[in-house]
Amino acid sequence: MALDSKVPQGPIADKWTNYKNHIDLVNPANKRNIDVIVVGTGLAGGSAAATLAELGYNVKAFAYQDSPRRAHSIAAQGGINAAKNYQGDGDSTYRLFYDTVKGGDYRAREANVYRLAEVSANIIDQCVAQGVPFARDYGGLLDNRSFGGVLVSRTFYAKGQTGQQLLLGAYSAMNRQIGRGKIKMYNRHEMMDVVLVDGKARGIITRNLVTGEVERHSAHAVVIASGGYGNVFFLSTNAMGSNVSASWKIHKKGAYFANPCYTQIHPTCIPVSGDHQSKLTLMSESLRNDGRIWVPAKLEDAQAIREGKKKPTDLSEAERDYYLERRYPAFGNLVPRDVASRAAKERCDAGFGVNATGEAVYLDFADAIKRYGREQALIHGDNNPTAEKIDKLGKELVKAKYGNLFQMYDKIVDEDPYNTPMMIYPAVHYTMGGTWVDYNLMTTIPGCYCIGEANFSDHGANRLGASALMQGLADGYFVLPYTIGDYLSDDIRTGAIPTDSPEFEEAEKSVKDQINFFVNNKGTKSVDHFHKRLGKIMWNKVGMARNAQGLTEAMSEIKALREEFWKDVKVPGSADTYNEELAKAGRVADFLELGELFAKDALVREESCGGHFREESAETEGPQKGEAKRNDADFAFVSAWEYTGEPGDAVLHKEQLEFNDIELKTRSYK
Amino acid sequence: MDMNLKLKIWRQSGANDEGKMVDYSLADVSPDMSFLEMLDVLNEQILNEGGEPVAFDHDCREGICGMCSLYINGEAHGPDRGITTCQLHMRKFKDGDTIYIEPFRAKAFPVIKDLVVDRTAFDRIQHQGGFISVNTSGNTQDANSLPISKHAADEAMDAATCIGCGACVATCKNSSAMLFVGAKVSQYALLPQGQVEASDRVKNMVAQMDLEGFGNCTNTGACEVECPKGISLDNIARMNREFFKANI
Repeated sequence: MALDSKVPQGPIADKWTNYKNHIDLVNPANKRNIDVIVVGTGLAGGSAAATLAELGYNVKAFAYQDSPRRAHSIAAQGGINAAKNYQGDGDSTYRLFYDTVKGGDYRAREANVYRLAEVSANIIDQCVAQGVPFARDYGGLLDNRSFGGVLVSRTFYAKGQTGQQLLLGAYSAMNRQIGRGKIKMYNRHEMMDVVLVDGKARGIITRNLVTGEVERHSAHAVVIASGGYGNVFFLSTNAMGSNVSASWKIHKKGAYFANPCYTQIHPTCIPVSGDHQSKLTLMSESLRNDGRIWVPAKLEDAQAIREGKKKPTDLSEAERDYYLERRYPAFGNLVPRDVASRAAKERCDAGFGVNATGEAVYLDFADAIKRYGREQALIHGDNNPTAEKIDKLGKELVKAKYGNLFQMYDKIVDEDPYNTPMMIYPAVHYTMGGTWVDYNLMTTIPGCYCIGEANFSDHGANRLGASALMQGLADGYFVLPYTIGDYLSDDIRTGAIPTDSPEFEEAEKSVKDQINFFVNNKGTKSVDHFHKRLGKIMWNKVGMARNAQGLTEAMSEIKALREEFWKDVKVPGSADTYNEELAKAGRVADFLELGELFAKDALVREESCGGHFREESAETEGPQKGEAKRNDADFAFVSAWEYTGEPGDAVLHKEQLEFNDIELKTRSYK
Repeated sequence: MDMNLKLKIWRQSGANDEGKMVDYSLADVSPDMSFLEMLDVLNEQILNEGGEPVAFDHDCREGICGMCSLYINGEAHGPDRGITTCQLHMRKFKDGDTIYIEPFRAKAFPVIKDLVVDRTAFDRIQHQGGFISVNTSGNTQDANSLPISKHAADEAMDAATCIGCGACVATCKNSSAMLFVGAKVSQYALLPQGQVEASDRVKNMVAQMDLEGFGNCTNTGACEVECPKGISLDNIARMNREFFKANI
């Protein structure tokens, strides 16, 4: 099937407006006869479910957690971008569009990104109307901060808990509709498969995670909003339950999977401490507004610190290497995430790492504390403050800005970051790749939509900070509710979709067969055992730097591991009760397939772009020496993979990316 | 220094089972492990011995989703302050300790299995008024056309930071949910956007809270102490004020 992105004609600034003016609408009476399923209730799914219900559709929403309020969007800390230009620093829709396309290393679809920038301001208006308590300044107006890869302050925030507040906003909008009976909420339910009738998505099969019951649910359209697949690495900043299964099930039924290798490795996470580790914790990128990143300048100092013979505070300024400020003077500590992560890895690989494992760099607030302390003393009328007073006032201000993050760090690492620099290291955080969608956010299965992190569309090969929340809410509040109506306008006479058709019968049977296989398999190794091994292969060979040999090895190792899993996995308990191991087994089975496609995608993309760094494709000379080398002549396309039976045999379809409104340039942050 | 621990854990196969405490021993526990990672290791051990792992709720493991619970040595979220169970680290315990692990207990939080409880009563309270009735349009007024004092915005944020974990209910001798409900009522009461529906909101949410079987507040203050997010008792006072105002 040829890919059709369905991008409307006309100038980029008019596309979305013209599109909305010409789509088919469904009248309010008919909406009452149309059902929509939404899988996942994070920012994208929650906002979509609420908005569709407000419009009058009958919505069924599904979450594996015990409440929609627990979706992992809640963990986003730093903020949400919007082109409001409240700071008067030159921001505009075009600039947000430009920054996002450039930040994504020119691998995103222009029209989608422009629309995202266009609706960004509406998101802030909507959230404030809902009662989201964004940070404000003393005049009562909204405050902004800066994030990596941009030169304006356009990030709105609610302390270090912006994702929580935005999710609770979407959750509150859902609650209003649940109370009215327009959303039927299914907590602790996992989507096991999608059901196609006459080639259209017409329902899903779910498993009730409490009772084990396998259920059929029908609808006129299915929306997948199940988030990213970072847990394919086992260790990531994702929640323990975050999984690829909903996206993978639709992939196996015909939805193309795009750019699986585009993964964001976030530079500021708490380093790994041992083999028992179950997940990694992010420290918000907002910390890079005030923290300075460094390693010792001399190898012997790094070694002394690793052995506990020296402390970071023992090193003078001259003995420190603020490597981001040195390499990227224009952006300094606020370079985009992919650049910051690779630079940390480069220093640690060269032997300058500062914790016992050698995989950590410092994030230091000493200068910020001094700067803020002096400023606060002046505000308090003290023109000649003592060093102690500066220190005290500075720490108070840093606490007001980042208190919850500092507390989180202290609890995990058992060190006080007010007095000694934090240690950080990159960790898997976000997946830019995902289900391929057209301009309407529809997958290659008619009637099956994919929104939020689960789709591929807006961030190209690298996502800028504070853009995930923006995209999730843009898709759910302001894009999907229009585009899905255009599709559903053909369904006003269809009537309820029956669930007793052979298609539902067959889908339910295959789900039950897999469940029964797991609980009856006489294996010897736990699900986690396989998941951890998959994670090691992914991190070592498909991680921050990749090469053809490693990727080829990874593909065959993952395939072999998958075969071993199906022979030797051990799932205790029964199918008809609460059984966490059984739920995990299904998710890891899908990760074991995705992992191979992921490596294949990285192998085929013989260029470096954004979060995807191929060692064979780096600049060898000039001022950009050592930096990633993109190849626009051969690789300015989206890789959309079609499932054909085995992940390694997936067929590649290319969506050529056209850049009419932005000139392709080498991405320099020097 | 690795530790050897004795664990006494509540096991209950389902809502209708009676349940009982079961003893386990766990060796070589690293002080750097989180409490839930310690349970992961225990479950791996139980699995290898042919048993059924202990069921417990957890998801984000960074203290924000509110999914994890557990009553540890008689305290909701364990002995440390200002954190959830997933942020509790084993360095808070010592070699040879016996640790008692139970589910959050309240009439309105029935046990699903082992340490997993059903907290959907919280959601049902929110359905009755935990929102501002504004449709998604993209044409609501500009966000800066309504200045809100920094003080009020900060206080609303402090209330809104509740993660809905239920520690307040579990720790309260009356199993009261007033801190949870008070936090949501306060967030909106402090903001101009919340005024229009203030009266209906507080009445409806309180009515649902009573219907779910949560007890009343007798100002013990244990909820505030055990709350991982430091939600203040002031929120209960504010809810009472709103409630009286609505009923005059």
